[in-house]
Amino acid sequence: MDYSNLRRQAASLKKGLFDQGHLDEQFRQVEDLQDEASPNFVEEVVVVFFKDSGRLISNLEQALEKYPRDFNRWDAYMQQLKGSCSSIGASRMKNECMSFRDNCGQRSVEGCMGSLQKLKREHAILRQKLESYFQVTLEAPPCQSWCHDRWIISINLLTDVCMFTMQLLRQVGPAGAATRPAM
Amino acid sequence: PNPRPFYPRLPTTLPPTACSLPPHSQTPPAAHRGRREGGLSAARRGAAMADASAFPYGLRVLVVDDDPTWLKILEKMLRKCSYEVTTCGLARVALEILRERKNRFDIVISDVNMPDMDGFKLLEHIGLEMDLPVIMMSIDGETSRVMKGVQHGACDYLLKPVRMKELRNIWQHVYRKKMHEVKEIEGHDSCDDLQILRYGFEGFDEKGLFMTVDSDATRKRKDVDHGDQDSSDGATAKKARVVWSVDLHQKFVNAVNQIGFDKVGPKKILDLMNVPGLTRENVASHLQKYRLYLGRLQKQNEERILGSARQDFSTKGPSSENLNLRSSFQEQPSNTSSGYPHASQKIQGQSSVSDSQLEETKRTVPLPAPDRSMNSVSSAAEPQNVAGVSPIGGVLSFKGLPVNQDRKPSETMILECQAWTGGVPAKQFMQYPKHNHARCDLLGDYACLPKPDLEHPTAPGHLFTPPPLISMSCSTEMDARNFSDVKPALLDCIKSFSPALTCTADSVSVQISDSVVTSTDAADRKFSSVEGLPSTKDCYFGQTSNQGSWLRSQEEPSIICGADFASLPEDLPGYPLQGGVSFENVGLSSIDLFHYNDAMILSGLQSNWYDDQDHFSSETTDYPLMDGCLFA
Repeated sequence: MDYSNLRRQAASLKKGLFDQGHLDEQFRQVEDLQDEASPNFVEEVVVVFFKDSGRLISNLEQALEKYPRDFNRWDAYMQQLKGSCSSIGASRMKNECMSFRDNCGQRSVEGCMGSLQKLKREHAILRQKLESYFQVTLEAPPCQSWCHDRWIISINLLTDVCMFTMQLLRQVGPAGAATRPAM
Repeated sequence: PNPRPFYPRLPTTLPPTACSLPPHSQTPPAAHRGRREGGLSAARRGAAMADASAFPYGLRVLVVDDDPTWLKILEKMLRKCSYEVTTCGLARVALEILRERKNRFDIVISDVNMPDMDGFKLLEHIGLEMDLPVIMMSIDGETSRVMKGVQHGACDYLLKPVRMKELRNIWQHVYRKKMHEVKEIEGHDSCDDLQILRYGFEGFDEKGLFMTVDSDATRKRKDVDHGDQDSSDGATAKKARVVWSVDLHQKFVNAVNQIGFDKVGPKKILDLMNVPGLTRENVASHLQKYRLYLGRLQKQNEERILGSARQDFSTKGPSSENLNLRSSFQEQPSNTSSGYPHASQKIQGQSSVSDSQLEETKRTVPLPAPDRSMNSVSSAAEPQNVAGVSPIGGVLSFKGLPVNQDRKPSETMILECQAWTGGVPAKQFMQYPKHNHARCDLLGDYACLPKPDLEHPTAPGHLFTPPPLISMSCSTEMDARNFSDVKPALLDCIKSFSPALTCTADSVSVQISDSVVTSTDAADRKFSSVEGLPSTKDCYFGQTSNQGSWLRSQEEPSIICGADFASLPEDLPGYPLQGGVSFENVGLSSIDLFHYNDAMILSGLQSNWYDDQDHFSSETTDYPLMDGCLFA
């Protein structure tokens, strides 16, 4: 099975996410935590993130409606959301959180609403991109490719060793008790 | 109970994960550990494993954060550091966990911004009650916030996003704290305390991870040894900070109560306490802390309406309980086998009744839940029942306690209504540091001195970890009649306080606002159910609707009662907690968490009763509870 294509695709999706600023270094930290004990760790974390951030966004929207001009409250909600974004390195979302909080500081309702809309958009985009990414990566698990590659490497190594040994034996020759050639 | 050493040496395997793996992420502990891991991090991990021997394996960490994503990430990070992790999404739940299993954690990491309780407040509580090192975390790195953290006693303040390398180093806070405590102990004359600390420290050192020559450690060790010899010669010249052991604090509280909280002063307390080597300054600073704590409790308590049953454990106290406490704490006359009726009177009668009780015996024992074999209280049973103490005072607690009827009161029910004076909460509060006698983890717990208490048959109070908020009451299915004696009274009491609570007197399981979890089968369960805290819920969560269902629908009984009682308490709490915690992680909802909390407390309580196993059958809890949330 040729995973190289899929892997390439996954790599390019991921690169895109980073280049476009959707994700930052923190995402790599999370990826590093994934291991055999929790092979789908990253995906699990992302799932939890989207579920929770969805909830936080909706709480915020309710608060915007229920407590008009209550900037302190809005700010507190947004602080929570910002903390959440920092967990997986959702940097564009985090930026929108910060701009929302700035708007709260300036007591600008329109500014806040605007930021919120942008935040929701970023949230949706990130979710969609990550979903595509996971679809591809799950089909071509990195672990497997790594194994595969390592296997190839070991085979090559083994082959080299065998060939070297054979050369050595040839040098020894039919004489048998010949001294070993200097290495 | 295998005392968990502070730093168990586990060169190649993961530390036991009994108490910290949530089911969904449960993996065979050692299975994958050594294997290669994919990707870039393989090398990194390899390096980690290579120097793993330098790590404090098994450091027991409690992580508190309302953000489930962070909780998951932190948990994974800490696991990778070979720490034992327990996670928690609610501050209140965290406090309960800590109270219930105080000795089971070495360090707490908590977020600052949490919806149910301010992180700083949590920090304070932990510092006061459990004296564990606490690390704060926040996305907000503003200096003022950091300063606030430090002021409240945080050992460290991490900024989110937290990196793993920062988490690797948290052990130093634990180590440092222990070193401090040992140093303090050196100056303390109390032999008992010193003894224990010495044992503790020695144990610590043996298992010592850090054999890296820590000259400080070895020096301290020697000092401790010398100190032991010197202690009989009188106080050392060092002015060491006194460690407020359970005993010591108990004496302190007794003294305060005796004097009268209003008239109290450090000198008077010092004189009354009569502890050699204790200085006026020690007492003064402790008193200050105590007052702060009480002040806060009192405020909270004012909101609590529920009558609270409080347990008091007065060990050696010949001093009469201060009736100012209005604590109706009572001890059941030791001969009475019908603890409940007795108790029921108490419930209604409050102080007046209790006063008389008080005079009789100084001992108060945690109120045992009615159990079917009330009459068959084993005489030898140690009063290791769990103390259902709620510092908040809004707690009604019945603890099933098969207590030696000859000698000790078999139950104590302390009912306190609202306005309690400072003395009461103090006692309760101070129970927390007590720890389950079964735990011999001295290392983990300098402040708790189980040993002296253990020996002391008349000091039941010491032997358990009081469940923080909920006072669980176990009702036996069989002895419904006994129970029912109490129940109506209790129920009346409760009802009068909290109309929200509904108790069905005849059913075995009482539902309080639907938040009762019934225990499983009677035969092998110590006790079974956890009751929800409806009032608390009301207070804290403002929702009364879907409370019980969660609990009920879970396999709670199995979780709660799941651990086998014969095993040590440590095991018990660990397991249920895990289940609960993970549940929280997965489906974060305040109610769920809160309920879960109940379960955990219950399990904690249960664990303490293992001795009493014979006497208890699974019961359903009846009591509504207590509102006693410490943290309003």
